Amino acid sequence: MSPQMIDRLIGAFLDTLLMVSASAGIALLAGIPLAVFLVTSGPGGFFPAPRLNRALGALVNGFRAVPFIVLLVALIPFTRLVTGTTIGVWAAVVPLSISATPFFARIAEVSLREVDPGLVEAAQSIGASRWHIVRHVLLPEALPGIIGGFTITVVSMIGASAMAGAVGAGGLGDVAIRYGYQRFDTTVMVAVIVILVALVSVVQVTGDRAVRRLRAR
Amino acid sequence: MTGAAVIRLPQAGAHAAPASQAAQARRPAGSVRFQGLGKTYVSSAGEVQALQGINLDIEPGEIFGIIGRSGAGKSSLLRSINRLERPSEGRVLVDGEDIAGLGEAELIRLRRRIGMIFQHFNLLAAKTVRENVALPLRIAGVPQDEARARVAEVLRLVGLEGKEDTYPSRLSGGQKQRVGIARALVMRPEILLCDEATSALDPETTLSILRLLRDINRRLGLTIVLITHEMSVIREICHRVVVLEHGRIAETGPVWQVFAQPQHAATQALLAPLTRALPEDLSARLRDRAEPGDWQVIELPFTGEAAPDLAVLAQGVRLVQAQVDPIDGHAVGRLVLLAPPELDPASLSPNARRLGHVATND
Ligand SMILES: Nc1ncnc2c1ncn2[C@@H]1O[C@H](COP(=O)(O)OP(=O)(O)O)[C@@H](O)[C@H]1O
Ligand SMILES: [Mg+2]
Repeated sequence: MSPQMIDRLIGAFLDTLLMVSASAGIALLAGIPLAVFLVTSGPGGFFPAPRLNRALGALVNGFRAVPFIVLLVALIPFTRLVTGTTIGVWAAVVPLSISATPFFARIAEVSLREVDPGLVEAAQSIGASRWHIVRHVLLPEALPGIIGGFTITVVSMIGASAMAGAVGAGGLGDVAIRYGYQRFDTTVMVAVIVILVALVSVVQVTGDRAVRRLRAR
Repeated sequence: MTGAAVIRLPQAGAHAAPASQAAQARRPAGSVRFQGLGKTYVSSAGEVQALQGINLDIEPGEIFGIIGRSGAGKSSLLRSINRLERPSEGRVLVDGEDIAGLGEAELIRLRRRIGMIFQHFNLLAAKTVRENVALPLRIAGVPQDEARARVAEVLRLVGLEGKEDTYPSRLSGGQKQRVGIARALVMRPEILLCDEATSALDPETTLSILRLLRDINRRLGLTIVLITHEMSVIREICHRVVVLEHGRIAETGPVWQVFAQPQHAATQALLAPLTRALPEDLSARLRDRAEPGDWQVIELPFTGEAAPDLAVLAQGVRLVQAQVDPIDGHAVGRLVLLAPPELDPASLSPNARRLGHVATND
């Protein structure tokens, strides 16, 4: 591999890292409140808002039903509106985070629903407000599940970011398509695969370890 | 009650008098009054009438038991006290105040005056013992220094010093319930609600938790309302009891009275496991009509009221079986005696009852 190619791979790796972490951050910040809302505003929840709950639920399902590659293309006008461009790392962050947020929110929702209702009741009995219950009961008790879900989200986001690379977002996917596929450079292809596998492994192992530590208490 | 005839045991319920005097002197702290309380659950499966026409007073400072079969409405009744359930009909008054109309902030204030413990402890797995117990203080905004002192104080009270930094999953059932009690007491409530608090514990641990509750009741003077399906729990620590059956009050009264003379079939059924049956060989030989030479089998109930004159028993009467328990200072139970044919059971006690006759071979 030429030194230029190595530089290109390093640059692409950093682009992928930036794309994924920015999108993951947004998915985390948006997904947790969304999940909390989906859990607490439903029937029997303590912020009852059945209509908004149903509407948001439908929206989340809608986004989850659309394959990422379709979403990527369909969101182009919106992406241009937000970032002023449709190529590059920041243009990829828009569809990536929009696709990851509902995905992550649903996983977090499941973990939040699994919190024993008896704990909520105990918190009510000590005079906890609804906000206190979210803050001190629901989120901390669901944390292992939420972290596990976030790990899955980030891993699938790494895959999606490569896809975004194919339509001009840059990053490892872009390099793999342009050099590995179109110019038949097998070495580049293998290098990209190795880097992606390593990245996914690091994310997965870190997530698993955090979950294990929390569950061991 | 004829004062002289009652067997008064040393630790006789001394709590009752001061508590009711205090109730008259100032506004009672820790009283609960149910007025025509009804609760109907509406679900997709239809309506369930869990409670109906409940009229009941719980006095400040007493240990009040709620007993009944599963589904009788015990939890619904208890949970209406801190408004975890809203009444469908009627009113619940805590210290004279109707709690139905409380807004969210007032409800939170009410709940800080009422502690609650649960069958499955309901401790937060993500928090240590200290953090669990400190949570009520933390969300109430109590300053850290004071909070730390109060957590240490209640942990000492429940006997959990040294476990502050342990997570609940590493504790035994009895220790978990102690954490639950500490968490319930840390706000210094005037009422403690216990929903089957010992039902998940083994008999020995149950006893130690019940002793702790009784100790807390004596030392802190708070009202304890507890649910159980075991009569033995009621006997151990309650002063008064209500028996629920299908959402209605079957009977209510001082524990010793309900135990001594259960009026309702539901109560009798609940008491059955505690009452020892006649010895097998005796009940097999028991007959209704006396054959010549038969002795009488006589039951001598102790109902805490008219204690029979034991001196009478000396005249050739034999003791077959005895079970007498002190309940809140009253002797409750029965003696089963074998008496010669000529003895008049009424001479032993007006309550004595002939169960039948048996042949004796000696
Ligand atoms: N949230 C609820 N929704 C519907 N039915 C309920 C609910 N809670 C209790 N019930 C019903 O009300 C009745 C009384 O329940 P409960 O008060 O829990 O009785 P207990 O504590 O004596 O077992 C039962 O028939 C129960 O099925
Ligand atoms: Mg119950």
